[in-house]
Amino acid sequence: MSINRKELSEMAQLAKLDLNAEQTQQVSQSLNQITDLVERIKKADTAQVDPMFHPCDFWMPLRDDEATESSHKESLLKLARHADEDFYLVPKVIE
Amino acid sequence: MINLSLRELTHLLAQKKISTAELASVYLDRCKQFNPSLNALLHIDDDINPEHLLAAADHDGPLAGIPLIHKDLFSTQDVKTTAGSKMLSDYVPPFDATVVKKLKQAGMVSIAKANMDEFAMGSSNEYSYFGAVKNPWDFDRVPGGSSGGSAAAVAARLTPVATASDTGGSIRQPAALCGITGIKPSYGRVSRYGMIAFASSLDQGGVMAVSADDCALVLEAMMGHDALDSTSIEAEPWHWQAPRDAAMKGLKVGVIPAWLEQLKDDDIKQSTLQALETMVAQGAELVNVDLPHADLAVAAYYILAPAEASANLSRFDGIRFGHQSAETCDDINDMYRKTRSEGFGHEVQRRIMLGTWALSSGYYDDYYCQAQRIRHLISEDFKQAFSQVDVMAVPVSPEVAFKQGEKSDGVSMYQADQFTIPASLAGLPCLSMPIQAARNLPVGLQLIGPYFNEQAILSTAAKFQLVTDYHQRMPEAFL
Amino acid sequence: MSQQWDVVIGLEIHVRLALASKLFSGASAKYGASPNSQVSFLDAALPGTLPVVNAKAIEYALRFGLSIDADIPEETRFARKNYFYPDLPKGYQISQMDDPIVGRGHIDIETEDGVKTVNITRAHLEEDAGKSIHDQYDDWTAIDLNRAGTALIEVVSEPEMVNAKEAVAYMRAIYNRVTFLGICDGNLQEGSFRCDANVSLKPQGSETLGTRAEIKNLNSFRFIEKAINFEIKRQKQLLESGQQVVQETRLYDAEKDQTRTMRGKEDANDYRYFPDPDLPALKITAEMLDKQRAAMPELPEAKLKRYIEEWQLREDEARQLAYDVAMSEFFEQSQALTDASPAENAKFLITDFNALLNEQDSDLKANKISATHYAGLLNAMSSGEISRKIAKQVLTDMWNSGKSAEAIIEQQGLAQISDSDALQTIITQVINDNPQQFEQLKAGNDKMFNYFVGQVMKQTKGQANPAQTKQILEELLNND
Repeated sequence: MSINRKELSEMAQLAKLDLNAEQTQQVSQSLNQITDLVERIKKADTAQVDPMFHPCDFWMPLRDDEATESSHKESLLKLARHADEDFYLVPKVIE
Repeated sequence: MINLSLRELTHLLAQKKISTAELASVYLDRCKQFNPSLNALLHIDDDINPEHLLAAADHDGPLAGIPLIHKDLFSTQDVKTTAGSKMLSDYVPPFDATVVKKLKQAGMVSIAKANMDEFAMGSSNEYSYFGAVKNPWDFDRVPGGSSGGSAAAVAARLTPVATASDTGGSIRQPAALCGITGIKPSYGRVSRYGMIAFASSLDQGGVMAVSADDCALVLEAMMGHDALDSTSIEAEPWHWQAPRDAAMKGLKVGVIPAWLEQLKDDDIKQSTLQALETMVAQGAELVNVDLPHADLAVAAYYILAPAEASANLSRFDGIRFGHQSAETCDDINDMYRKTRSEGFGHEVQRRIMLGTWALSSGYYDDYYCQAQRIRHLISEDFKQAFSQVDVMAVPVSPEVAFKQGEKSDGVSMYQADQFTIPASLAGLPCLSMPIQAARNLPVGLQLIGPYFNEQAILSTAAKFQLVTDYHQRMPEAFL
Repeated sequence: MSQQWDVVIGLEIHVRLALASKLFSGASAKYGASPNSQVSFLDAALPGTLPVVNAKAIEYALRFGLSIDADIPEETRFARKNYFYPDLPKGYQISQMDDPIVGRGHIDIETEDGVKTVNITRAHLEEDAGKSIHDQYDDWTAIDLNRAGTALIEVVSEPEMVNAKEAVAYMRAIYNRVTFLGICDGNLQEGSFRCDANVSLKPQGSETLGTRAEIKNLNSFRFIEKAINFEIKRQKQLLESGQQVVQETRLYDAEKDQTRTMRGKEDANDYRYFPDPDLPALKITAEMLDKQRAAMPELPEAKLKRYIEEWQLREDEARQLAYDVAMSEFFEQSQALTDASPAENAKFLITDFNALLNEQDSDLKANKISATHYAGLLNAMSSGEISRKIAKQVLTDMWNSGKSAEAIIEQQGLAQISDSDALQTIITQVINDNPQQFEQLKAGNDKMFNYFVGQVMKQTKGQANPAQTKQILEELLNND
């Protein structure tokens, strides 16, 4: 199967990637090679099994409802490119 | 010194024949001397104080004072952690990964961070933002990936031990291509907390060293349930006992004839058969087994891993940490796009696109869910095989280290993972150990064990290494 | 002939769970902290961080599910909902997709035409996003991640409401339920309870649903009614003029009383849901469910039934008490301590006690009268010690002084005069003071009974037992 330009562009939108013409061409080519590869799995007979999301049999561990973390405000805001004393800053979003 | 085992090094330290500071210096000097030719390291810790570190550590432990290099995928507090990416080129984590913490507590001395394929996506370490890593056996060739830096560092004896990670073969394949031993434990054995995520249901932290015995000593300290990782297992920890002799009597070793058939490189095939003969000579019994669905493994993996990665990498948006585009942005979406397109390399972008596609509506059931069903089938295949054998011995890579730039298009690299991916999908413990080289380039043999039985493969490898010396060979350039 | 329209409304309600920590991290979930001071490394989505689920969030979700009689699965999973927004640090929200923790259930709502059962499609756990603050700077939006990662239950109704009033009634029913169960603090100003309304119109009697618009983030009962009514009108106008309703997200502007399109949220987002690989599935055991059943307070519906069947309360009184958490608690506590009948208790509570609360501009949450003291007052009434009229007085004194009924009755000498001799003396005095009226009474003017009872009451400051007074009067008449 092949992925057309429109689908590619939609995916780039969803993934927030800006692909230039050359990259789009490259990605399109490799995606089509890969999809040929993965087409095989469509044909596999998997009617007898459920999807396996983890390789082992285990269940969700739960933790007590306790506030165990103190403020990391300074060390976190320090990591950001744009922040003031209190907030992360991003280009104005209009709702 | 650099060819001593961990036990021998510990002995020297205990006897005060050398201090931790001196031992660390030996390796640090080698790092500084040799890294320019290898580009295996991204960060060399000039000012660690080993005495300081040791004071906080377990003095009696078998790892106390032993130098260590962490793959730059593991978060190290206050020390840059880049994942081989421009996106994190200046990122300094405010916390240690659990693996880092545990090895620190065991007294190991971290001296550098290792180069790697960006976000652990690659099989040649050519995809690092910080430049390709060279194979110490031949500088024109790749060391394998994604843990190429870790493998090259151990092969060149820049460190006795390096941590690494394996998602589809990223420990085993570079270990094979660099002639060292490397183990990926069972999924859930080693905490993923603080290890930058690629594919969450496949990633496992592991270790590379010269011998299986060394790997086992370190793995024992790395593993264990972690309350911070919901996928870490509460299993009984094991205690490593090195085998006293190389007797393999009663050991049933599974081999896959179909896989041996697929080895087009005759030298690799011969090395593999020779290694199997060595085991038989020690009393092992070879049993033919089959993994009927293994030929679908690569396809399934290249759906699942990119799908999980595409979501894991969404957090890299320039807002809270990491690279943010310096260009003027029209709005937030523009900022996202510019930041991510600048920060991620081509291979990462390709995999994000692939993953986004595999999860998109209309494809989710046919591809993502189908791939998870195939994983189930492969897991069942292994269970069947292990009802007949104790361990499996199979190839790691269909080729020796290839030349830099030889595989310019990533897709042809994917198929080369055919021998490592099945055990990854099934979450099984697996390792690569050196066997007879092919045309002077390293070759590895993969041992796969049943779930949670790292000991079975480690002891088989340790026994093999008692009667062979492939693992002790090192590239002349670094002697 | 103008087209008649059926209105179809479905509601998605986000309930913020009253927990100490967040859904996946140990950061505090308290409201109102200084910005970005309750953010763990996981909440900031630092690479390598991993989610660990809050046990109480699971308990509260199960409790809610049991209370709406819902199907509860044996296994439940978390899933990633992928989209980019600055207040969503990971670039995905951990929510639930195919295996929600609460399946199909139902709840009753009060409509003008009586009780209606509304079906609930499902309820699931998910994490909340952070806050985007747009008015701090001209060119920037400020992001506060304190709220990011706090636990929500999203309750999804079937599209079964047919007008704005029903929507409000449903919203109230869910609100009462979650506050009643103690899983939500019900603080609307703090955003503990938010509603999204999906509104569409279809030609009357048609089977095909029309295109719906979603109105987001309504956190007031008043606004939701206005917003929905505006939206219905808007859609009606569009459809009747031959235009289409666009499927979109809208916001309600309270000042202008209108809904408008929400810009910035990119339409037709493919969320690419898939099970979160950082979290194994949760096994829901019988023990877990039993634990929640035991922890659940008796539901209003059950109380209502019990009050009517066991305590013979009138339906309207029973309903008023059963559906008010504080009232029903106070009612039951006091009932356990008094000899008065439940009916007497209920009546007094609903009329006189409530009247006092209104006068004091207060409510039972700030009640100054203990159940024990109130029970004492009921006892004094039912034993005849005081009349109801006096009891009302005593009640007010109890509120103001904090004293028990007995203490006040004694202090003020309010005990009802039921002593025949004492009464007789007083009555005789009153007769002597009012000879003309007595003649009228003797002559057969029965209305004069009330006059004399009234006079006796006046004399005794309301403490005479009216029934007994009348009885004695009659005796005196007969003897005369």
